[in-house]
Amino acid sequence: MKYEVDLLGFYGKYGGSFVPELLHANIKELENNYKKIISEVAFQKEYYSLLQDYVGRPSPLFYAKRLSERYKTNIYLKREDLNHTGAHKINNTIGQILLAKRMKKNRIIAETGAGQHGVATATVCALMGLSCIIYMGEKDIKRQAPNVARMKMLGAQVRAVSSGSKTLKDATNEAIRDWINNPIDTHYIIGSVVGPHPYPEMVTLFQSVISEEMKKQLMDKIGRSYPDRIIACIGGGSNAAGAYYHYLDNNKVELVSVEAGGLGIHSGKSAASSILGSDGVIHGSLTLLMQDQDGQIEEPYSISAGLDYPGIGPLHAHLIRTGRTKVLYATDLEALTAGFLLAELEGIIPALESAHALAALEKINFRKQEHTVVNLSGRGDKDMQAYMEYKNRKKDGKK
Amino acid sequence: MGKNRLDKLFNQQKEEVLSIYITTGYPKIDSMPILVEALANLGVDFIEVGMPYSDPLADGDTIQYSSSIALKNGINLDKYFEQVQYVRSKVTIPLLFMGYFNQLLRVGIDAFLSKCVQSGIDGLILPDMPPELYEKKYKATFEKYDLSLSFLITPTTSDERIRLLDKLSTGFVYVVSTSSTTGNVTAFSDEQVQYFKRIKKLKLNNPTIIGFGISNREKFLIANKFTNGAIIGSSFIKALKHAQNIKTTTEEFVTKIKKG
Ligand SMILES: Cc1ncc(COP(=O)(O)O)c(C=O)c1O
Repeated sequence: MKYEVDLLGFYGKYGGSFVPELLHANIKELENNYKKIISEVAFQKEYYSLLQDYVGRPSPLFYAKRLSERYKTNIYLKREDLNHTGAHKINNTIGQILLAKRMKKNRIIAETGAGQHGVATATVCALMGLSCIIYMGEKDIKRQAPNVARMKMLGAQVRAVSSGSKTLKDATNEAIRDWINNPIDTHYIIGSVVGPHPYPEMVTLFQSVISEEMKKQLMDKIGRSYPDRIIACIGGGSNAAGAYYHYLDNNKVELVSVEAGGLGIHSGKSAASSILGSDGVIHGSLTLLMQDQDGQIEEPYSISAGLDYPGIGPLHAHLIRTGRTKVLYATDLEALTAGFLLAELEGIIPALESAHALAALEKINFRKQEHTVVNLSGRGDKDMQAYMEYKNRKKDGKK
Repeated sequence: MGKNRLDKLFNQQKEEVLSIYITTGYPKIDSMPILVEALANLGVDFIEVGMPYSDPLADGDTIQYSSSIALKNGINLDKYFEQVQYVRSKVTIPLLFMGYFNQLLRVGIDAFLSKCVQSGIDGLILPDMPPELYEKKYKATFEKYDLSLSFLITPTTSDERIRLLDKLSTGFVYVVSTSSTTGNVTAFSDEQVQYFKRIKKLKLNNPTIIGFGISNREKFLIANKFTNGAIIGSSFIKALKHAQNIKTTTEEFVTKIKKG
């Protein structure tokens, strides 16, 4: 594979481990153990059996007929929204909780933006009987209230983060600081393909089940194992990394990543991290991120809490810089519109994050015979408030 | 080497080296030069001059807070170097840049270090500089500018890695007193003392300075039993938070540490 990490944890020039020495022992312990543990037969068996019986995998690959007609092409939805807890995030938390147990960690911490990763972490902690602390920005606690309630019902402690932009970036800082302060008994379940090596690689592997299933499902449906194009949104990039993984070396598959354009990418209020980004270090990895001329990380904005992050995973930085993936963006408004369109045409309410991927359909020139897969990373229950506000605004004749 | 003020300090003084950390731009945008001058006059031995960062992973609540205020006050790199250059014309005390790797990366390592030298900085502390990368890519540039770089070691750092970090460090080795970003208890635990003993026994090539959680004279004196001195950060920043007059507060603070 051309797109694997090297020995120091770099994808090309991106990645690595830029962490304070205070965190070095934790990261090293993980790095030294995780490959061995996850390749054990017993681990694999337990992982896949939980994915099947608990998560409900394989997630369907659904031919979206009316959507296909509208765009005059063939569109399939990879239904990660149908997973237990409502998003792809649980593929990763199942893997990491099994790892944590084998490493004898009994205290789990995680950050969350949209709350989907927080819920998925709280869920597996309940399942395994481990204690769970979730860091979440104050702003996100307000806009993703249903998920906060779910985490609490699942027995997790939700800690509000009030530093910086009070969103995902700052929640991640706090989770990392917690891990520094609790180096022995704690495992940090990071929620995306971000952070110091080996996290980006590990989370990619746990999410790669998405493209693993797609290969079989496409073979059944269209007689070949690959599509012409895959579209996914990127916050940190975990659902995209999982949907791309088994196709990275297959250049017949066009990979399209969709970033959050917020109020417009030149409005100063967006989370178009790679489009506006430059090389820099965030959360322990060298990648593309939004920063000022002094290297201060900028506060992003998106209506979607899961995409409201100023960086992207280092694998994506590498894929973008080598031209393997193409990056588009969708604004808040375009995403909301796409969300309503999917509800109307297919009876599916997508998460606002996934709605960004769907919005990209408007920006691509399709050929009729092509097969495009949109990774529908999650369901929209958590976003009903934002959808309804938009609808009411439209009814009142405002934008 | 020879011109470096920090090297000179450690050549002359092996014991009870006292360093104070300050956040540039805090409590007011132009407080730093006033504080540096006051600290130098009070016989403090070197100063960690912090450049606030948006995402300071290795800092506890107090310094994070001071950094966010300083950024709101409008501190930036240009102003930082201007203030350093200004105060350098008044004092000879060694001044260290304390910040994060991304701040160097963004400007370019060579350009950044060149600015450090021009303004009168003697060395750097970068908690998230990876030692392997430093050795491979940046060490030569630091040497070219005769700037020290002090790596951090912690209670979870193995002896073998401590040797590596000692080998790569110049100036001194920064002994983080706890595996914690917020070690603000009033006395050292037995575990911490054991860890200091372990460091002392290793007889490192560089001088050693203990930092994180040094909050009073008692802790400063204990630190001195095992290492060449100590750095005080959060505790001083806290004192500044409620200061009517930062000069008097600084005098009171340093006198308490030095004389009890
Ligand atoms: C449904 C959904 N999709 C996408 C994302 C973005 O994360 P990633 O880019 O890691 O897939 C999130 C994050 O919270 C999410 O909840």
